[in-house]
This record gives sequence, structure tokens and C-alpha cells, in this order.
Amino acid sequence: MKHLLSTENLSLANAIRILDTAEEMAAVGDREVKKLPALRGRTVVNLFFEDSTRTRISFEAAAKRLSADVINFAAKGSSVSKGESLKDTAQTLSAMGADAVVIRHWASGAPHRLAATDWIDAAVINAGDGTHEHPTQALLDAFTMRRHWARLAGTGSEGADLKGMRVAIAGDVLHSRVARSNVWLLRTLGAEVTLVAPPTLLPIGVDKWPCKVSYNMDETIEQGVDAVMMLRVQGERMNASFFPSTREYSRRWGFDDNRLRALDALGMKDTIIMHPGPMNRGLEISAAAADSPRSTVLAQVRNGVSVRMAALYLLLSGDTREPAATPALAYTGTHSTKESN
Amino acid sequence: MAGNTGTYLIRGAAILGGEQGDLLIRNGLIAETGTDLSAEGATVIDAAGLVALPGMVDVHTHLREPGREDAETVETGTRAAALGGYTAVHAMANSTPVADTAGVVEQVYSLGQKAGWVDVRPVGAVTVGLAGEQLAELGAMADSRARVRMFSDDGICVHDPVLMRRALEYVKAFDGVVAQHAQEPRLTAGAQMNEGEVSAVLGLAGWPAVAEESIIARDVLLAQHVGSRLHVCHVSTAGSVEIIRWAKERGINVTAEVTPHHLLLTDDLVRSYDPVYKVNPPLRTDADVQALRAGLADGTIDVVGTDHAPHPSEHKECEWAQAAMGMTGLETALSVVQHTMIETGLMTWADFARVTSAAAAKIGRLEDQGRPLEAGEPANVILVDPAARWMVEPSLMATMGRNSPFKGMELPGKVVATFFKGHPTVLGGALNTPYRHAASVGAA
Repeated sequence: MKHLLSTENLSLANAIRILDTAEEMAAVGDREVKKLPALRGRTVVNLFFEDSTRTRISFEAAAKRLSADVINFAAKGSSVSKGESLKDTAQTLSAMGADAVVIRHWASGAPHRLAATDWIDAAVINAGDGTHEHPTQALLDAFTMRRHWARLAGTGSEGADLKGMRVAIAGDVLHSRVARSNVWLLRTLGAEVTLVAPPTLLPIGVDKWPCKVSYNMDETIEQGVDAVMMLRVQGERMNASFFPSTREYSRRWGFDDNRLRALDALGMKDTIIMHPGPMNRGLEISAAAADSPRSTVLAQVRNGVSVRMAALYLLLSGDTREPAATPALAYTGTHSTKESN
Repeated sequence: MAGNTGTYLIRGAAILGGEQGDLLIRNGLIAETGTDLSAEGATVIDAAGLVALPGMVDVHTHLREPGREDAETVETGTRAAALGGYTAVHAMANSTPVADTAGVVEQVYSLGQKAGWVDVRPVGAVTVGLAGEQLAELGAMADSRARVRMFSDDGICVHDPVLMRRALEYVKAFDGVVAQHAQEPRLTAGAQMNEGEVSAVLGLAGWPAVAEESIIARDVLLAQHVGSRLHVCHVSTAGSVEIIRWAKERGINVTAEVTPHHLLLTDDLVRSYDPVYKVNPPLRTDADVQALRAGLADGTIDVVGTDHAPHPSEHKECEWAQAAMGMTGLETALSVVQHTMIETGLMTWADFARVTSAAAAKIGRLEDQGRPLEAGEPANVILVDPAARWMVEPSLMATMGRNSPFKGMELPGKVVATFFKGHPTVLGGALNTPYRHAASVGAA
């Protein structure tokens, strides 16, 4: 792997490798000294064209635990807002010797542009681009699910996939980079994904995606589900007639107290509730659901640091070989060592 | 006859791709046709293996001047046109200032005459400043030296149905045509690419086919209602072809154009996020490409228009969403049409002459263009080597734009010579000299 731009073309072997490496990194977080010397002398730039404190500090913590030097470049209030182009910014960072660029951008495909052009030679990690992808979020979600799934199976996580796990992803799929990255990665890991959303918030063309689509949250729960991932609903969607009101949205598509009770009533005691954050309590998720023992919200945040450490380590440690597929695993992903195009 | 024309004998060309014959060009006209014509006093051009065609007429060119001379000028754009086999282009109105007055269209017309590479026929804006609120002085532009007959807000749709109706009605007074950029604005707010399977994956805001088709459906019915002439720019979807076919069957006076890039490229290319593939209307699906080819072959679509849209590099070397829409096309049109329509067996060179020349000249009401290759006709003639193959390299083009989506592709067909009003603007596949108008510019 030279870059981590999307999960669409991430092979099963590379996905498992990142998740397994993240398990090793998680162990570092449990130590008294939470630091490895692995990336000493390497420079990681957090290039953020869009505000995202959570993702930025997660990457920052990850890089620092690996002893990398971290530069935070918030493009708002910088030369970028004075009209400097992505090209000039990239070339500037290149001249300063960046080894990796973690880029968050409001424009879909901006990380691909950095990786595909000769503007900069650094490894590029997509930290969320427009409504396209957010691969490290999907990886931390998968990491969280895998631990849960392995625990239920009474096995270790290492080398495991998500075969047979039923995952519902609910909410604004149309505008969600988290949903896209999850659909591709969960497919690769063998999970069964159902998207639950109002028809207005599903993209035209979703019928070609490797998942099921439902307009009915209750039916999806009744049919059995092992993880429910609620997506954040942006307030501005309401003004564009994607749904009539926030209350109607909440009743039909939100994970409310009735649906929390339904999990219990249907005997799904091991079903987890996930959310990438930040949550709109009372809109797409009720407070009781968010705070229930089923909720993995904080575990997701914790795991985010481990997964980002793994991504940085694998991209910068110089070992870019494709790992041999674990014999126990069916190889369904694409054999590709590069993610671009 | 005016200008710096000489006497040329084109020897043994396949006339419209058919039988071999000679063309004697003298005093700006095709003086004689036949075989074994006398070469006395003439420069002989051996055209064995070459196809002779009428000079191509582009109904849709962005020359950028006045205002964006960093993107293209009338001089550079018309050099590109001559090299591409054109003898006339229609210069779109979205310059700065907008070509919405007699003054601006006369300026562009004069710049074209001064350049001398092709006929430059300015297109007038339909509405003042392309703002879609108030009709521009269409009559003044029609009566000007530029003799504007085509009016378009291209780049922006005349979406107000009343304004569109009035424009269609008004241009009847001087045999004008309204060339519509069919794009329902509310359905395409922020649109970045064709809405479908690929946009769903890429997370780019979709430009749905229905936004084009609904406007075309409305406009053909308006044209029928007021009995006027409508031209539909850059048709890009299979549904649009169906609607136009239906309208023509009902006798509605509508013509339509397709671009070379919509005949060849699909939205799969957007997966690269390379803005060289960003264009409006967007690249569509393979099913659309096949429908457009069929529509061009059966006459539903009348002409090929390049929508040549040069941009400075900084407008393409950026994020997809930030990038300008548009592609260059003048120097690749012939090759792309040969590749997609002739080499596929869908059309002959005679059909090519119809869709790139005769029908285009008729839409723009250019009397001296798109004529048959017969004695007494104006000598707007090109010679094409259909067996040539070449690699598209934008940095070698005459246009200032480097934004060719065909970069790196090997395409067939090369323009060997272009005769404009009897003068070779292109010889041996390279620019020669411009035609010099005898009447000094501005003396009309």
C-alpha cells in the first residue's frame, strides 16, 4: 500500500492486515508508556480543509504514539482561504518534507488528486473526502465489529473476518462517506449489509451496491441484525425536502426507545448500536440507545486511534508488499497494492 | 474575387469518400471538377488516398475572446479550427463582456476576419448578460455586420418558459434560431457528473438525464406552438434522442447537435477524479453513447458540434468540484467522428459531410459554407487522410487549451489540407497562411 484512499479497492488481505496491526497498536494504548519509536523522524501533516476536531486529534494522537512529528495544517484561515490552490499547498508540504499527508477535504476525490498527480510524493491518507469515502472510519468500525464478533464466537480477533454478521446502516446514505466506505469494506470482510433510509437519502444507482436496501427500520430489526450503525443527519437536509420534518425522520428512521426495546423483546441481546459521531441525540438516536450497554460509540473512538496508528505505520514503515492471504480466508477482495484509480 | 487566392489543382481525391476526381480551385471557387483536368497555371496537390470533403462548420465553439484571452483568442481558436478541418465556426456568446449587443458581436466578427483562418460567425446571447431575465437586442445583432442568426445563452439554460417562448417567437422576424442549453437548473444545483451508478460510488452530486430531457420536451412543444425554429445544443442522453425523434416525426422544426466527446467517452472515466473529464452536460453511460451514435446516423441528430471549451491549466489542476467544465475539441473532432461513426460502419464520408458541414451551415444560415463539391461553389474544401493514425498530444495543439480528454489516445484520420475561400489555410497537415480579406476590416 502506498496510499489509503478508499475501501472500495482495499483487498481482503490488506484489510485484515490493517485490522491485525491495529490490534497490536491497541496493546500499546494499554501500556503505561503509550508510545512506540516506529516513525521517529518522520513527518505527518494533518491537512484539513474542513473542520473536524475529532478526526484530527485522533490522527494526531496516532502519529504521536508512533513518535512521528506532526504538523497540523488547518486550511481555513490559512493561505488556502486566500485562494492558494490544492496543488500549491501540496507542493509546499512536499518541499517541507512531509512523509505522509492526512487529508480531510470537502471535495470528493481530493485525496485521489493528491495521490495521482506529481504535486507531492508523500503517502496520502484519506481522512474523509466530501461525500465519497472515509476509509479509516470504516476500518475502525470494522475493528469494533470484529472484536465483538470474535468475542461472541469465543475466538481471537486476529486474522478474522466478519462472515455472517448482519449489519444495518441507517440514515443519510446519500451524503455519507462513512456509509460508502463501510459498504465496500464490510462486503470485503464478508458481512451482510442492509442500508435503511428514506428513498430520498439513497443515491440513484444504489441498487448496484453489494448490499440490501430497506425503507423500513422495524422490518430490518425484526429480520435480525447484529449491529445497527446510525448515521448523523445534517440539519440542512430538512430545508431541501429530503424529509418532511425532523420528528417524522426520527419516528420512521431513528433508533428510538421503542426500537431499543424491540431488540430486547426479540431476544437480540448481543446486537450492538454504533454511531460515527457526533450524535444528534433525539434525532437519529435516542439518549437511551446512545447510553445503553449496546452502544459502542466510545469504543469506536478508542479504536480509531489504533486503526490510524496501523494505517500510518503500514504506509510509512516501507513494507508495501501485499501480504499472503491467510489460508483460512476466502479471497474475495481485489489483489491490488495501490488504491488510486 | 477578393483575397490572396491562387489556383490549385487537387488531383485524384476521393470525392466525399466516393469516386476519384479532380477539383480545380481558382478565384475562391471550385472552377472545375472532373478527371484529368489541366494543371496549367495551377499548384498541383496529389490527393491520391485522400478524401475531399466540404470544409467543416462548427455550430458550437468557445473562442473566449473578448475577456478570457488567457484561455483562448479568436486567433488561436481559429488556427485550431483550420487545423481540425473547419472553414467556419460559431463563436458562443459567453465571453466577457457577453455577446449580447451589436457592438460585441461585430467585434468578434472583425477579429475573425482579421485572423483569416475560418469564417467566424458570432452567436448572440438570448438574454442580457446571460442572466435569463430580459431579451437581449436580438434584432440589432441580426442586423449588424455580424449578421447573427443563432442565439444562445449556452452554458446557461433559458429556463424561464415565458422568456423561451418569446425568444422563439421573436427570432422568426429574421429567420433566427434559438440554440438551447437544455439543463433544468433546480435539478442540477451543484451537479458534478452524470447521476447514476458511478456518481453513487464517487459521492459526486448528480446531473440527472431528466434535467436535460424535461427542458427539451418543453422546448419542442413551445417551438411547435409558436411555429419557430429550435436548435438543441450538445444532446447527451438516450432519452433526449427519443424526444427529438418524436418531435421530428410530428414535423416540429427542431435540430440537434452532439459533441464528439459524447460519442466516445463515458462517465466511467470520472473514477479517476481527473477534471479533464469534467464537462457540461456530463459524460453519460455507454447506453447513451450508443443511442447518440444511432441518432446521428439516422438523422435524428443533425450535426456534430464540438463545444470546444479551452480552459487555462489552473482551472483543471485542482479538485474535481473546483474545476471548470469543458473540453477542447476542434482538433480532434474529425478523428473522433471517423472513429465512432465511420469505422463502426454507421456512416459514410458523405454522411460525415452532412453532419459536419451541410446541415451545420443550414442551421447557422451560412450561405457560402456546407456546399456541394461542384463547379461554381465556394472553395471551402478539406482533404483528409483516413488511413493516418495519430496519438493525441494536447501540448502540440494550436488551441491554447490543454484540456483534451482524448490525450494519449490513438485516433484515425488527419486533415492534410484546408481550403478556405480558395486559399489553403492548412497544407501538408500544418498551418499555412491565413486568408486575407480584400475589404479592409470595418469598411462595410
